[in-house]
Amino acid sequence: MKFSENWLRELVEIKADRAALAHALTMAGLEVEELTPLGESLGGVVVAEIVGAEKHPEADRLQVCKVNTGSGELLQIVCGAPNARVGIRVPLATVGANLPGGIAIKAAKLRGVESFGMLCSAKELGVDSDASGLLELPADAPIGKSLADYLGLPDASIELKLTPNRPDCLGLVGLAHDVAALFGSAVKVPLQAAAPVTAAARRGIRLEAGADAPRYLGRIIEGIDPAARTPLWLAERLRRAGLRPISAVVDVTNYVMLELGQPLHAFDNDRLEGDIVVRHARDGETLKLLDGSEAKLDTGFLVIADDKKGLAIAGVMGGYDSRVTDATHNIFLESAHFAPAAIMGRARKLGMHTDASHRFERGVDPELPRRALERATELLLAISGGNAGPVLVAENLSDLPKPAAVPLRRARLKRVLGVDVADAEVARIFTALGMQVETVAEGWRITAPSSRFDIELEEDLVEEVARIYGYDRIPTHTPDGALALATEPEARLNELSVREQLAARGYYEAVNLAFVSQALLEKWGLGDKLVPLANPLSADLAVMRPSLLPGLIEALSHNRARQQERVRLFELGRVFAEGNPPVETPSLAIVACGSARAEQWGEAVRPLDFFDLKGDLDALIAWGGEPQRWSVHADGLPGWLHPGRGARVARDGETVGYLGALHPQLAKALDLGPDVHVLELALEPLLGRRLPKAQPVPRFPAVRRDIAVDVPEQVSWSQIEHSVRGSLGGALAELRLFDRYSGKGVEAGRKSLAMGLILQDASRTLTDDDADRCVRNAVAALEASCEAKLRG
Amino acid sequence: MEDLDSRASGALADIDKTDTLEALDALRVSLLGKNGTVTAALKALGTLSPEERKTRGAEVNRLKERLNDALTVRKQTLEQAELDRRLASEKLDISMPGRDGERGGIHPITRALERIAAIFSRLGYQRADGPEIEDDWHNFEALNFPPHHPARAMHDTFYFGDGRLLRTHTSPVQIRSMKGRQPPIRVIAPGKVYRSDSDQTHSPMFHQIEGLLVDETSSFADLKGTLAEFIRAFFERDFEMRFRPSYFPFTEPSAEVDIRWDAEDGSARWLEVLGCGMVHPNVLKNCGIDPERYTGFAFGLGVERFAMLRYGVSDLRAFFENDLRFLKQFA
Repeated sequence: MKFSENWLRELVEIKADRAALAHALTMAGLEVEELTPLGESLGGVVVAEIVGAEKHPEADRLQVCKVNTGSGELLQIVCGAPNARVGIRVPLATVGANLPGGIAIKAAKLRGVESFGMLCSAKELGVDSDASGLLELPADAPIGKSLADYLGLPDASIELKLTPNRPDCLGLVGLAHDVAALFGSAVKVPLQAAAPVTAAARRGIRLEAGADAPRYLGRIIEGIDPAARTPLWLAERLRRAGLRPISAVVDVTNYVMLELGQPLHAFDNDRLEGDIVVRHARDGETLKLLDGSEAKLDTGFLVIADDKKGLAIAGVMGGYDSRVTDATHNIFLESAHFAPAAIMGRARKLGMHTDASHRFERGVDPELPRRALERATELLLAISGGNAGPVLVAENLSDLPKPAAVPLRRARLKRVLGVDVADAEVARIFTALGMQVETVAEGWRITAPSSRFDIELEEDLVEEVARIYGYDRIPTHTPDGALALATEPEARLNELSVREQLAARGYYEAVNLAFVSQALLEKWGLGDKLVPLANPLSADLAVMRPSLLPGLIEALSHNRARQQERVRLFELGRVFAEGNPPVETPSLAIVACGSARAEQWGEAVRPLDFFDLKGDLDALIAWGGEPQRWSVHADGLPGWLHPGRGARVARDGETVGYLGALHPQLAKALDLGPDVHVLELALEPLLGRRLPKAQPVPRFPAVRRDIAVDVPEQVSWSQIEHSVRGSLGGALAELRLFDRYSGKGVEAGRKSLAMGLILQDASRTLTDDDADRCVRNAVAALEASCEAKLRG
Repeated sequence: MEDLDSRASGALADIDKTDTLEALDALRVSLLGKNGTVTAALKALGTLSPEERKTRGAEVNRLKERLNDALTVRKQTLEQAELDRRLASEKLDISMPGRDGERGGIHPITRALERIAAIFSRLGYQRADGPEIEDDWHNFEALNFPPHHPARAMHDTFYFGDGRLLRTHTSPVQIRSMKGRQPPIRVIAPGKVYRSDSDQTHSPMFHQIEGLLVDETSSFADLKGTLAEFIRAFFERDFEMRFRPSYFPFTEPSAEVDIRWDAEDGSARWLEVLGCGMVHPNVLKNCGIDPERYTGFAFGLGVERFAMLRYGVSDLRAFFENDLRFLKQFA
């Protein structure tokens, strides 16, 4: 909602300057989004008439004008504006004037010709953005008069960012009521007389849409002058409200909408056939609109029609064929009430947004139509002449909203706001807002004016008191209500600790958008069971991610392309899969490339490998204290993993994620090297944590025995571990793999593994014999189950 | 006698001249060892008369003691010199980088989010969450947004084919936290939210934190006090603050909170940082809570906005580019 400050001040007394007014509006919930001062420093600018214009002898584009300012002496002005011509009245900045842009007007010679001032465009005067030519003033503009006085300047254009609950402020009169309440003053809207009826023309009106359109007023005005010009004062108010003057009829309807908040529509009466019918659209009904577009409607839309055809989409936009043109002499003026629910979302459905739909879907005062119709008639007759027919009314009173008193309890007001507002102040606030106040024992009963659609509940009244009383006058207090202390389960890690661990291991946290492109997912072979958006911003952001990895690898590539050879990134976020409802799984992913460790003087550079990532996994698992519940498996890998350098991760036997090197084909498709390793896990299993149960510390020393065995290449460490543990039971405190070797000295197809057995007994110190027996048992088991041979 | 004295002074001089521990040990053996000269002199005492043996014996023993002392002193000196030499050769350039000291870092959004959540956690707010793919009821209807209401147009919503949507705010967690539960309730709900809007100052995905308190006494004054404390705790400084009336369908009265922010060029402006209000009675009713008995307040804030202000980030998009040169600044 944009409007002229001077206009508002004409409607209500405001005992405050511009800045204080803007602040008061903002602090009352009518946020001032933009405030543009207009016509500052127009001293020395006067209305002048061009009485002579000759070509400049030295410059094609300049004219030498003789200008009358009413002083009895003509001034010579050199002017470059294309529309400068004899007979027009324009603003003249006389010598000594200082224009808003900082232009000081001095007597000067332009290409050898003397000039005593400057003829101005709207932009040069700071009243508009139009710089196409001189600002042409009406032919009756008083010559010699100060332009500022003539245009009602200085002024300001104020734009409010109104919230959807305040449609009553989408008209200046409604806004004036709020301002009056804020400043303790009164609204000065003059009472309006009905325009004289001098024509008999009528047209029937039929309401066929029930409660959706309970009131429709219209009237025919005959014999208007289509060429009549909108008076300057009205055009200026429209301009300062951000509307361009178009024609007298359109300008008047717009003006009344700005003034009162009631959208009006004018039809060319000669295009109408029979009665006006307000009805729901038929499925598939089409209508060519004012803007030239073709709207395809359904029964959810209200239309204004006549006996033969649709004319307009009610509350949204008029039709093309029945529009007012510069050949229109007879108009039918519409002023109606439509229920907000009948208009809500309709314009949006057509991809449109109009001043009318904006107001109707929020709610327009149902008592306004007659007043607005009379006001528009009054203005039109004055500007365009013509004869007004009688006001035609169709209404279903039972379907109109009825005023209802809403109770407000004194105690509730205090409880919700946390402050005592004096009774007199409460009554003053409601009265000033145009509400009826009835005092009752527990407080008040308030009846809101028909313009307020947001007063239904006690809380709505509490808000009004708070808003006008002032939020800044409500004290600050710290809650002292009961506190139910949240217990944080100790047997659960929080996500932050996972993040901190990964950061401590050299990883940086990334945050990617949760949508990716289908094409990228197909490269990964992740194209199934997706959750696609119905209205994505673009094809690149069309599908909810089924894995964190594709996005995280893109981030890795982004960094590689920017001279970062060694990249370590992780992300925590949800991944999505088809389902009803769709399945959201909080996940953790890691990507890494480049050397295993940052380049360092004391250590050789070693390329990253599977076991670096597995070490990260082990560390994450260790934090939960239950490593025995976790296992890795070489089978069941997804297609994006290297089949020999990837692993499936399980907890309690259930797959929870994967790690390893990217499949070489995928790496190639993504333009990545073989060093890229990834890990992705469901987050939840990682957050499980053992609540410790303390055991006595061993009182007897442990014994260590090292053995080396050679086994076939395909025998896995986990098989060996299983075999040794099985053979030694509780005597084995720990088993450490400390070397793996194949090559010279080991038969082809076999490998040598060296391990340390840490043996311990809780009740005594183990003897050498005990330890030797353990070693023999372990070796025997390995020979039996793993084709192992003990090495010398 | 002269013989013993001269031999003694000769041996003492020899000890002082010795410059390795090995040579010193050899000298000790030659003097005091089994076949050493002093040992020989002691053995020779047996050939003397008892008187001579007494005086001579005392002299030889004194000599032995002096030599022993001298050897010990010399040994300590040589050992010290040896240690000094070793230490001198073992000096490191301790300015060289340590091993494996490189660490990563946490994303600035997480950092700000955790800081905010921690502040509220100290005030007894429990963390809660809900799905990112929501239904219309939780995201809008239960929050008092009627179908097609213009307030919905302020939320550019991503939809799925079945009518579900990506939550446009964390407010649905209010509903999930209140449903099936009775006050007192103090909940903080951080999470990702989505709006179909993308430009320099809008990301289609961003992070919000929702706060909710419902009990038998809470008022708008409590809301003001809570948020004022929070702003002070987060920024570790005082701000001029203002609560401006606004409109959210799920709170009433509603407010937007501005803080007076000093720009680097010395100018100051009001910056909107929070939306809040008293929980609308319809919302309480939708969750089975009696609005006569209980009142509550709710607030919502954009984490990116707080991270930008706190860490001086000027471009929202930097948060989602994951450029290490950006991320490393927050390590």
